[in-house]
Formats: sequence, C-alpha cells, structure tokens
Amino acid sequence: MYDAGKILIGLIIFLAFATFPFYSNMGKAVAKPDPKLDTPVIQQMKVKQCVESKEFMRAEHMQLLNNWRDAALRRGERLYKGSDGRITEISFQNQCLRCHSNKKKFCDECHSYAAVKPYCWDCHIAPKEANNEH
Amino acid sequence: MGALLSFFVVIVLVLLALAGIKGAGLYVLFGTVIPYAAVATFILGVILRVIKWSRSPVPFHIPTTCGQEKSLPWIKYSKLESPAGTLGVIGRMALEVLLFRSLFRNLKTELRNDGPRLAYGSNKWLWLGGLAFHWSMLIVIIRHLRFFTHPVPFLVKIIDSLDGFLQIGAPHLMITGVVLLLALTYLFLRRVFIPQVRYISLPADYLPLFLLMGIATSGILMRYFFKVDIIKVKELTLGLASLNPGIPSGIGVIFYIHLFLISSLFAYFPFSKLMHMGGVFSSVLQETWPITAV
Repeated sequence: MYDAGKILIGLIIFLAFATFPFYSNMGKAVAKPDPKLDTPVIQQMKVKQCVESKEFMRAEHMQLLNNWRDAALRRGERLYKGSDGRITEISFQNQCLRCHSNKKKFCDECHSYAAVKPYCWDCHIAPKEANNEH
Repeated sequence: MGALLSFFVVIVLVLLALAGIKGAGLYVLFGTVIPYAAVATFILGVILRVIKWSRSPVPFHIPTTCGQEKSLPWIKYSKLESPAGTLGVIGRMALEVLLFRSLFRNLKTELRNDGPRLAYGSNKWLWLGGLAFHWSMLIVIIRHLRFFTHPVPFLVKIIDSLDGFLQIGAPHLMITGVVLLLALTYLFLRRVFIPQVRYISLPADYLPLFLLMGIATSGILMRYFFKVDIIKVKELTLGLASLNPGIPSGIGVIFYIHLFLISSLFAYFPFSKLMHMGGVFSSVLQETWPITAV
C-alpha cells in the first residue's frame, strides 16, 4: 500500500460516518410512541371516531390541518365534509383540541419520536396539561 | 440507447419491489435482508476498492497545479492554486472537495465558422449543477438521520428546520428535495442535448442518474402525495440501525420501493463511477486532479 497512513486515516473516517447509525444505537432500546386517547371528552364519547378514519389521520393529519387552516382563515369556510359525509366545524382549537386535550401525551408523543416540530403552536395556545391528568 | 437501457433497469427495480411486496409479500426480504446486504456490500466494497487503488504504484507525484508557483520573492505566487505550504494545500483541497474548484475552470470549446477558428468560453453550468446536486444530496442524507437515531441529534433537527423554512404546505416542502431533482434533471438533459457529451455517455453514466432520480421521486411522492405512517417507518429503520430488525405492518408499498432503490444504489456504489467519492484518496491527496464524474 502506498500512502498507507493517509489512506487508512481516511478509511477510518469513512467507516465512522458510514456506521454512525449502528454504533450510535448500540444497546439502546427506544420505546415506541404510544399516543394516549384517554382524555375525559373521548372517554365520554359513545362512538370514538375522529373526523376521518384512524389510518387516514395517522398518515394525512398534517395535510388535513393545513387544509383546514387555509379553509377557515383564508377562505372563511368553517364546515368540513368528511369522507363518510359527516359535517364538522373547522376549528383546531374548538374541535381537535376539545378531544385531544393532552398535547404532551398525544401530539408530542409521535412528533418527538419522528423529530417533527409542527408550527401549530406558533399561533394556537396549547391546552393546559394539568386538566388532563384524570 | 445507453439512456434507455439504464431507464429500463430502474423501472425493473421499481417493479421488482412492487411485485415483491404487493404480489409476494416478501416484507422481510425487502425490509431487512436486502438493506443489510446492500449496506455491507457498500462498506466492504468501498474499502476494498480504495485499498486496491492504493496498491498501484505511482512513480511520480505530479501535482496538477495551475497557478504561478512560488519562486522569487518579488513574483506574487498563487497561494491557493499553487500552494507552497501545508496550509495552502489544505485550502486547495478544501476548495476542491467542498466547492469543486477544478470544475469551476470547465471550459467549452467550439469551432467558429469565421475562419474557421477555435473559440474557448467559460462554462459554469456543469459546476453549478454538480454543486447543487452534491450539496442537496448531503443535506438530504443528513436529514434522513432522523430515521436512524433516537434522540435525534440537534444538528439534524436544525438542518431539517432550515431546509423547510419556506413553510410551504404540511409536511413542509424541503428545498433540497426540489433542488436535488432539478439538478439531476439538468445533469441528465446535458448528456442528452450536448452532442459531444451524448457521444461519450455510457449506460453506466445514466444508471446512477436514473437511480438517484428514482430515489428522489419516490421519496418526494412518499412525503407529499402517497403518505405513509412515518412512525411505523421509523420503527422499521430504527430497528435496522439498532440491529433489532422488525417489520411493522401497514407501511405503504411506496416506502419499500424507496428502500429498494436506495439498497440498489448502495450495492451498486463500489462497482460504479460513484466511487469518485473514494477517489479522493488517489487524487486530491496526491495532489492530482480528482476523478471527475457525472
């Protein structure tokens, strides 16, 4: 090998970068996020159903909230017709957060897992968590 | 022809993943076995390739400096182009590796009819396209570390939020995603529309472009259009990284297509022109020009 010293140092640096995900996770057990649906409002509901299906909300809620923002604040449309035909009032504060009043145990649970920092809370007031510990 | 062949190879790869997941349900193969095999091939392949290169004797180190070299004290020398000390060499190398300085000198030549005479002109488009592609790619890779680390490092979060700072839509539009695809499109079109470049382009020149385009397109489709449950995706990727692989149910097929194309790129890397990444060892270090590519 020619220039062995320099090349070996380079290869070690390459290895350090390429295997970073492996050694940085060594011996760590990460708990899966477990968003809680046990707020008082949800517990009192007879049919526990969001505006759309659970699968849809899991993948698409950010798009739905963005569309709601545009509809309510930019076009003044305050009614949302779900895919099952139900009509809901468009309001993050009064609709979404009425049931999901547990930001820490619901929103943040997945968002911190996926390192997502949504800007909802730039404008909206996060619900007071003390009320949710029933 | 080369372009068509490479295009079909990528289409076949997409169809393989689609059939493997949708048709045969080979989740463990596409979600665990192939990614591991691809990463192992990548790491071992790159190391072996570089070691193989380093065994070739280089009788003379011929620096391809191109500025005024240091001579008499009253002749101003080019500190970065023709460095005389370690600091200058580091500066020259950094400019080459980070900003592709040698490509910045890229010229175009054409035969003018008035004469005829040969004319040279500045041509910065390849430099710009290359730079846009490589930096976007780097940022995209760093951003993807959020799927392989927990807690996610601060640097990754910062880059993620800067990349999405336009705050278009939700999830936020990532600037590098768009730049990456545009730069790849330019690098491809350049091979198609410049006759001289088309003439020397081989399938091995088009394949990395199409593979990367496929990866970028599937990623963009997955983020903005056919959304998948990102929490389950992270469960899978984090499982891979912590050597505790598992297959959460219900991840859309677009994810497996994305993953399979990336695995293909990783496995193909050591055998392809993409090894110009490892070429720094035999070029910049020995003060010659880097192996150019794309």
